[in-house]
Amino acid sequence: MNEILVPFLISVMAAATPLLLAATGELVAERVGVLNLGVEGMMLAGAIAAFATANVTGVTVLGVLAGLGAGIALALLFAVISLTLQANQTATGLALTIFGRGFSALVGAGYVGIPAPQLPKIHLPVLSDLPFLGPVLFQHDVLVYLALAILAAVAWCIRSTHMGLILRAVGDSHDAAHALGYAVVPIRYGAVLFGGAMAGLAGAYMSLSYTPMWAQDMTAGRGWVAVALVTFSAWRPFWLLIGAWFFGALMYMSLYVQALGVAVPSALLSALPYIGTVVVLVLISRDARRIRLHRPAMLGLRFQGRA
Amino acid sequence: MLKIEARGHESVFWRYASPLLALLLTGMTAALIFTAMGRPPLLTVYTFLVAPLLQQDGMQALVVKAAPLIMMGVGLSLAYRANVWNIGTDGQFIVGAICGGGVALAFPDAPALIVYPAMMVAGILGGMANGGLVAWLRIRFNANEILTSLMFAYIAQYLLVYLVVGPWRDPMGFGFPQSAMFSDSTLAPRLIEDSNVHIGILLAPLIAVGLWFMLEKSLLGFQFRVLGQATRAARFAGFRENRLVWIAMLISGGLAGLAGMLEVTGTLGQLTTTLSPGYGFTAIIVAFMGRLNPLGAIPAGLLLALTYLGGDAAQINLGLPNAVTSIFQGILLFYLLGSDYLLHHRVVWRPLPSGAAP
Repeated sequence: MNEILVPFLISVMAAATPLLLAATGELVAERVGVLNLGVEGMMLAGAIAAFATANVTGVTVLGVLAGLGAGIALALLFAVISLTLQANQTATGLALTIFGRGFSALVGAGYVGIPAPQLPKIHLPVLSDLPFLGPVLFQHDVLVYLALAILAAVAWCIRSTHMGLILRAVGDSHDAAHALGYAVVPIRYGAVLFGGAMAGLAGAYMSLSYTPMWAQDMTAGRGWVAVALVTFSAWRPFWLLIGAWFFGALMYMSLYVQALGVAVPSALLSALPYIGTVVVLVLISRDARRIRLHRPAMLGLRFQGRA
Repeated sequence: MLKIEARGHESVFWRYASPLLALLLTGMTAALIFTAMGRPPLLTVYTFLVAPLLQQDGMQALVVKAAPLIMMGVGLSLAYRANVWNIGTDGQFIVGAICGGGVALAFPDAPALIVYPAMMVAGILGGMANGGLVAWLRIRFNANEILTSLMFAYIAQYLLVYLVVGPWRDPMGFGFPQSAMFSDSTLAPRLIEDSNVHIGILLAPLIAVGLWFMLEKSLLGFQFRVLGQATRAARFAGFRENRLVWIAMLISGGLAGLAGMLEVTGTLGQLTTTLSPGYGFTAIIVAFMGRLNPLGAIPAGLLLALTYLGGDAAQINLGLPNAVTSIFQGILLFYLLGSDYLLHHRVVWRPLPSGAAP
């Protein structure tokens, strides 16, 4: 049993990590009322920035930082156009995804098929050597733990801190928050940049750990799945974790069943996570009242008030 | 001092000037990027945007490339006007190509006059089925069409791969993942002998004009515009929102399906694993550059088609990766969305009130 379960759980943890990182960032942005559909583009930019930097310098930490920076840079573009210039958020997010795909393909053209250093796995004395729990929980690389830690921090911040209260106020009624004296646009800038940083990290994890290489469009829609996860979670961090693990499991299954040589064509199995996303979205959205209850009321709306 | 103030109404001048401003700024930014890459900026921009038109048959190549973009852009103009965010036209394009191509592969010997119209219907129905599914999921289950339409694009791509690797693979194709070549009677009729200029080049502007009439001159079009601009007003007026969502998804999906079917029978001649070089996203830019006006999609489609030809030319003549095309497209949409700030705002000179600190 363990020889099936252990690799399964390890793979789910790994496959869930990029989704979790990107979705945590998007959740924060959406909680303040900003719908950024550029996650896929920011992830790709983060992936190539991280890969290229790690390849050139040989230092994975610099790679991770570069991925983070690339995500922030693209998010800044989005913020300027959609928040300062008040353009439609849906369209601006799509522009960001188109740009990120092109940017990463252009920069990445010279990096196809070459190696880069991989993020090292941690090894803790005692804990990592435990049977079962050791390999499943204590032998991943640092980004896996960082993803969980940031999610916990975000959950705590939104739920229990003064800052979280302000964030939610801005997302639920920007006019009221503005009237109370909170700087709506700067707060939204902050949340969008945080989302960019997280998407950049997710990209870095893809190209330095999950599939340590660079290939064009290597995120394969994970940025969009992350956006879907935020809706799935009804904007609550804990459910984001459940959702990320579920999709991680789905992605692992589609690979695992292919490896078993089951007589289902591999192309159809590869479509499984995307079909799963549609099914889950449908199941979760059908209760319109529940969505309305949790959805930040200002999501996607522009704020035009000024002092 | 210079001040930015709200206009209080939409500037008609900037509605049409802002795409041109965006194009100018994109060209300048592209020149900067090329300089940073160590390329001669002016020559590169020239190779990218002008040279493809001056080549032999350059105009023909342009209209062939533009036809699917115009069709898809027209459909999206309509959908986006009604706030129906179909972003998965790539998927509808692929399903249309699969359905039309499937009929072609099944009846290679049928006379063209019968089989080709049947293929067109199959392509349109395929795209409509995909688009209609998205509409149904939104109406029945409240599922966000942005995400579902895009997920269906990935699913359609894998379905295509499955077909051309599996049951539809050409037995004489040396194992390449592609279908058999379509027979002559199932290829798109040509407008010019011995060229790629197929019937779609004629259909695209006709469809644009037809949908422009529908959107601007009919009650249905009026409902679309009201739904997009004032959803609550549309509800009070008793417009059936769900019906409009259905129509928007069926038309934009059907047109993308037709575009896909024309692309495989007009230029490719068989089904392969890569049918669309990102037309789905490019069509979004076509719709916005055309100001969500079906007629505007015609010049916008031609411009975006040029960026594809330019990407190929830059690759062949200058050795640049053809990802330059998507970067250019992304920057263009950014600048367009940014320039639209001028639709509702203006920069004015206000003298300081006397006595105020400078």
